[in-house]
Amino acid sequence: MSIHKHVVSVTVRDRPGVLVRIAGLFARRGFNIESLSVAQSEASGISRTTFVVAGEDDTLEQVEKQLQKLVNVIKVVDHTGAAFVDRELMLLKVSVNTPEDRVEIRQIAQDFRARIVDVHRDVLIFEVTGDEGKMNAFIESMQPFGIIELVRTGRIAMTRSAADPKVKSRTAKVRAA
Amino acid sequence: MKGAEAILKALEREGVNVVFGHPGGAIMPVYDALYDSPIKHVLVRHEQAGAHAADAYYRASGKVGVAFATSGPGATNLVTGLATAMMDSSAVVAITGNVPLGLIGTDAFQEADVYGITGPVTKHNYLVKDVNDLPRIIKEAFHIASTGRPGPVLIDVPKDIQQQEFDASFDVELDLPGYKPTVIGHAGQIKKAAEAILQAKKPVLMVGGGGQVAAAEIMEFVEHSNIPVITTLMGIGAYPAGAENALGMPGMHGTVTANRAITNCDLLIGAGLRFDDRVTGRISRFAPNATVVHIDIDPAEISKLVKAHVPVVGDLRDVLPRLQDKLEHLEIDDWWQQLNAWKAQYPERYKKDKPLVSQEVIEMFREATGGDCVVTTEVGQHQMFAARLFPTSHPRTFLTSGGLGTMGFGLPAAIGAAFARPGEPVVCIAGDGSVQMNIQELATIYKHQLPIVIAITNNGVLGMVRQWQEMFHAKRYSEVYLADSNPDFAKLAEAYGLDGYNIFDRKEAARLIPEVLAKGKPAVMNFLVYEAEKVFPMVPAGAGVDQMLLGDQEPEEAVAEESV
Repeated sequence: MSIHKHVVSVTVRDRPGVLVRIAGLFARRGFNIESLSVAQSEASGISRTTFVVAGEDDTLEQVEKQLQKLVNVIKVVDHTGAAFVDRELMLLKVSVNTPEDRVEIRQIAQDFRARIVDVHRDVLIFEVTGDEGKMNAFIESMQPFGIIELVRTGRIAMTRSAADPKVKSRTAKVRAA
Repeated sequence: MKGAEAILKALEREGVNVVFGHPGGAIMPVYDALYDSPIKHVLVRHEQAGAHAADAYYRASGKVGVAFATSGPGATNLVTGLATAMMDSSAVVAITGNVPLGLIGTDAFQEADVYGITGPVTKHNYLVKDVNDLPRIIKEAFHIASTGRPGPVLIDVPKDIQQQEFDASFDVELDLPGYKPTVIGHAGQIKKAAEAILQAKKPVLMVGGGGQVAAAEIMEFVEHSNIPVITTLMGIGAYPAGAENALGMPGMHGTVTANRAITNCDLLIGAGLRFDDRVTGRISRFAPNATVVHIDIDPAEISKLVKAHVPVVGDLRDVLPRLQDKLEHLEIDDWWQQLNAWKAQYPERYKKDKPLVSQEVIEMFREATGGDCVVTTEVGQHQMFAARLFPTSHPRTFLTSGGLGTMGFGLPAAIGAAFARPGEPVVCIAGDGSVQMNIQELATIYKHQLPIVIAITNNGVLGMVRQWQEMFHAKRYSEVYLADSNPDFAKLAEAYGLDGYNIFDRKEAARLIPEVLAKGKPAVMNFLVYEAEKVFPMVPAGAGVDQMLLGDQEPEEAVAEESV
């Protein structure tokens, strides 16, 4: 049994209670939701939720099938193993103690292509987008200066090309079974 | 028309003619509309019983069962019934009242988060927020409950929505883009299944609750292919228990033949079942040499517990005939010889060298009815005895809480069955423990003079728990003794206006059972039976189905050998 991190997109009808049912399924099967994001999709009345969960592969397959059974769930895609892009957004407030620190912080931020969104005498707020690795690296670089506050949106993900026959989302397998 | 009137109109359009329920403040507009409705309402004395009766109504008839309850405690009382229906895939639509929309979330009088509470125990649920949605929601609820893998659906309707006037239109479209059950089996998978079956030398067909809708197809399939058949607790009646190819029930309290067939088969077709742990025992020892063909309408059941080598998602009514077309009469004489030898060696047996035992009582009922009745059971030892000694031969006639194991199911289930199959006798096999969990429904039985005979096999203890304590807890009988405080069940029945009998011995039992059944009147028959009787064979929890404890089922020769 191998525990992997899975990025799962669930397309749902925009109905009250649907998120509770999905979260309940993850909880019941012992999955820890690392991050979760929900917003409207391209179609009206349809939302897309993206979960990052860690758990055993076999169990996740079962969770996906159970999700598919929910009446208000339209589609479930496990991006793991397929080519996909993922991003998240982070706001990070760091303390600035000396003029030297300020220069150094700004230099690092530039390398990460982080944008300054608020400036005070002793505080800077950055906005960063990217994948999980970049987020973690940026946090690590800012740690020595003193991170005051940090907010992350949770990951969103998209399979690279729907037309690419090599891209096999788990949905196909669930349907065929 | 008002929302409440629209609810009843919509139910009428779904073909509902009976509803089981209990009124209360938040559902009073619906009960007011009921006053003028042709729909018959059965007033139960506890909402849980209403849910069980509706559940059993579906199980016995194939028509969606309907239950009403009020907000808060009324709705929470339904929860056990909904969970029971969910586990056994029974189509129920429950309609609950709730406090007016504006009061939801304010901890108003008799308010509970019914939508939140019932989510995990329903196939789907609704909280109605706009009266105009009511006709569509009710139509969807019946569709969802009864199609694909059936299950309960709850509709929570705030009181002001019930009272609101609107232009009701019932020609509405379903709006369920995420709901498309797979009914038609995949041709390629069916072909693969047929190839596997044709290669097998020791095949077996195991039928579960899904088989209740496909009894005719199963019969044809078995007659055509000559395959041996195991029926699970939920599958009883889907293939006649007494038929030539029947091996009986598998699992924890299954027959020796069925469990040996599972252990030794080289191919197992699971049809309309979910490989419950009470059926499989330890998974690694379940059908270890078999290619598993799993046919089910719910893809989530495939390879959930037992890995399916050939999965087929679809309705048995579609898949079995198509599979049959690819098969011939299987040449499996050696396998049948072995199976028949086991059958002969391990018939049902129990010892009568003691006071009256539950098994004989249950057998007397089978003999007296000729098996031509509806059987409902409570949960416990008597349930297993009934499954083995009183399995019915027709689909939808053996009603028991299999998945959830709900004590208190059998008595209200008998009520649901009596309304589903008017004129047919109903026998409720109960224990003295579980019968008390919904005993108040004797009033409902009295009121409608339903032809229900409740047979209490009264051993004065919680028998199944006692059996486990004797076998696995060093005879430390913790909190299982009931006899010192059981009511006089005959007097209790009489207090409710029913005929009541206390029966103490074999002769009386043999005389009274046919006599009481012949009256066609509701009655409670309380049989005082041997306290320490145990259900055998038994596969201890966590063991494999090949590791049965035989107890009374041990062939007499073997017992003799042991005592030497």
